[in-house]
Amino acid sequence: MTRAITVSGLHKSFGRTPALDGLDLSVERGEVHGFLGPNGSGKSTTIRVLLGLLRADSGAMQVLGGDPWRDAVTLHRRIAYVPGDVTLWRNLSGGEVIDLYGGLRGGLDRARRAELIERFQLDPTRKGRTYSKGNRQKVALVAAFASDVDLLILDEPTSGLDPLMEEVFQGCVAAERDRGRTVLLSSHLLSEVETLCDRVSIIRRGQTVETGSLAELRHLTRTSVTAELATAPGPLRELPGVHDLVVQGNRVKLQVETDRLDAVLRSLTDSGVRSLISTPPTLEELFLRHYTDDRGGQAVPR
Amino acid sequence: MTTLAEAPHHVPPRTGSRPFAGTGTLLRLALRQDRLMLPVWVLVLAGVTISGAGTIESFYDTEAERAELLRSMTTNGSLRAMYGPLFSDSVGGLVAWRFGGFSALMAAVMSLLIVIRHTRDEEESGRQEMLSAAVVGRRAPLTAALLTALIANTGIALLIAIGLAGPGGSAAGALALGLSIGGIGMLFATMAALMAQLTESARLARGLTAAALGGAYALRAAGDAATHAGSSPLTWLSPLGWAEHIRPFGATRWWVLALLAAAVLVQGALAYALAGRRDVGMSFLPTRPGPAAGRLTTTTQLAWRLQRGALLGWAAGFLLAGLAFGSMADGAAELVGENEDAREIFQRMGGQSGLTSAFLAAIVGICAMVAALHVVSAVLRLHGEETAQRAEPVLANAVGRLPWAAGHLTIAFGGAIVILSCLGLGLAIGHGDQFGPILGAALAQLPAVWLLGSVAVLLYGVFPRAAAASWGVAGACLAIGWIGPALDLPSWVLDLSPFGQLPKLPGGSLEWAPILVLTALAIALTSVGLAGLRRRDLQT
Repeated sequence: MTRAITVSGLHKSFGRTPALDGLDLSVERGEVHGFLGPNGSGKSTTIRVLLGLLRADSGAMQVLGGDPWRDAVTLHRRIAYVPGDVTLWRNLSGGEVIDLYGGLRGGLDRARRAELIERFQLDPTRKGRTYSKGNRQKVALVAAFASDVDLLILDEPTSGLDPLMEEVFQGCVAAERDRGRTVLLSSHLLSEVETLCDRVSIIRRGQTVETGSLAELRHLTRTSVTAELATAPGPLRELPGVHDLVVQGNRVKLQVETDRLDAVLRSLTDSGVRSLISTPPTLEELFLRHYTDDRGGQAVPR
Repeated sequence: MTTLAEAPHHVPPRTGSRPFAGTGTLLRLALRQDRLMLPVWVLVLAGVTISGAGTIESFYDTEAERAELLRSMTTNGSLRAMYGPLFSDSVGGLVAWRFGGFSALMAAVMSLLIVIRHTRDEEESGRQEMLSAAVVGRRAPLTAALLTALIANTGIALLIAIGLAGPGGSAAGALALGLSIGGIGMLFATMAALMAQLTESARLARGLTAAALGGAYALRAAGDAATHAGSSPLTWLSPLGWAEHIRPFGATRWWVLALLAAAVLVQGALAYALAGRRDVGMSFLPTRPGPAAGRLTTTTQLAWRLQRGALLGWAAGFLLAGLAFGSMADGAAELVGENEDAREIFQRMGGQSGLTSAFLAAIVGICAMVAALHVVSAVLRLHGEETAQRAEPVLANAVGRLPWAAGHLTIAFGGAIVILSCLGLGLAIGHGDQFGPILGAALAQLPAVWLLGSVAVLLYGVFPRAAAASWGVAGACLAIGWIGPALDLPSWVLDLSPFGQLPKLPGGSLEWAPILVLTALAIALTSVGLAGLRRRDLQT
């Protein structure tokens, strides 16, 4: 068993509204896996199915080698979960909640708990109602990182954290990975995903549309090229994978699918290159393409 | 939310704080949210009161009978404690006596629920923050909540004034009764408004106002038990006593209404003064810091921590109620013995045996129905935890759904044993006799109390969206048990309530069959509900 999470063909509807429509997901052990998608695409629903809080309509699933619905309680000893919107009991202090979650999971590391409270600058004596959104997130994060588990499922865990705390969070995730733990991280912060994740899955309308390492995904997208040539350019338009070509005298601007870059460069050097700017696709462009497709296939804003 | 978009974008900015800006919009929002609850409360409360006239006429159809009742009331403390003194032998006077107190109590409950719902509940949930960020004045939310309560109470008062004018025999009396019920409603609406400023928790604000209401009832009952014709100063300490002192259909004392109005204004002014001074979401009773480390490690401990305050409150309330009613029991026989119809009502409520026992059995029955409200509320705490998204992270730990539910259900069903024992102890000590039988009588009500709790488990587990309907079931049983015997409802209606099935104790013979059947039914419904909970999706 090398995979922490395997999901294939997952379906889940709420009444007549389909939320997941044949979703696939595979997370290797020991990796930090980014889980991305526009609002309402089914990320949280997937996570709740993985936690056995919702029951799948159909599809095959394994989490840490078990069935998330049937083996929920035993699996949960090895899983820590941080929801995107943490609600606390108004009259319990943050410290009490951390210890409660730890106790319910089967114990937590006191030393790590103290260290995390220090690092996240959390006041554990305050009562639930008095915490801000960011501080409520910290309570859940401390409880999760202080527990001794194999898999962390984090659903937009940093919403409400300030940039300083965001950095602390990234350090914690990196430390978890170094200790060989698996992290499934749903996030909208692309820089966070870029820094932390080994592989990502992008979902849209309940289906997985892209999965792989960031390098692989980059490969699938377009590089933008601007060049000034010695002579008029060759027949670039006929090359496969070239888009949005603009020629102004000896100046050329184009988009090219990254795996077709070779032929374009060859053609450009044939005309004598005076200057060349080639920009790899940003992660933003990568995601925006998928996100905007979701809204009726509008053109990607450039 | 579209109605909220009417903020005056194009109006040149006015200066000043405009504390009431946006009240109209908030009022429409509140009425929209309560569009079902409000008419139901108003129509049911007014309907019960007005239809009382027909019932009274069928029981005491001659003037001589009514005069006889009036005379006997002056000599009996027990019934005065329950219903208050009787000031007139007209049909309207009897309606005011028999139904007025109940309706006033319920109008107070309605008003406190409305006001807390639209003030502290909104703040606690964080919704108020968004509203207050719009063009909404500092005092607008409170004003909108109080206006909503005013609309409901005015509706009740008007319907009663119009509906009872004919059958009650006096238009002025009907108006006085309507105003006294609506006035009590507004008194507790403003008290709730005040409590909402003092505490940060809507639950606590509701509890404090309800405790004040219970205290007012107890003061009035004690005063009326001690003296006849409401002459005890104790009844002047209780707002519910004031409603009595208005004496609708008797020698009406309109000036007491001015006292009610003054109290409403004073409480309202206090609430307004506080509302204008404090931060949104905060209160005047600050939250103290808690421990940095916790000792809660199981869901059962968590459930106990969340519900212990409420349970201790119920237990103390039932002990006090038991002591009060127990000490009145001996007087019951005096009055009831003299009136054939009243005896019949009592025996329908309390059984065929001696009248003291019948009185005790009736009290045990009514208090058990109230205890069912605790059970329903404790069971629905599960629903509250789930819809507030607090159950999700708990169940994402190594906790099964059944052990999670078990903690709250123990407090619900086990708590019923505790509070009914407190009632039995109080009654037995207050009565000073029959210790075992009275305690046993209180505990014999458990199967029916549990059954209502199991209905809540069933609905929560299988139809979570309809979980709140269990309040309706418990409320219907309470209404059948409290007013049913006086309305002379056919026995099959009375039997619809599980409380009607149980033996009338103390005094009656202890039949095990209904006790065992109801207990088995409660276990069955609870099991089905829990099976449903295990199988279904968590509500997100």
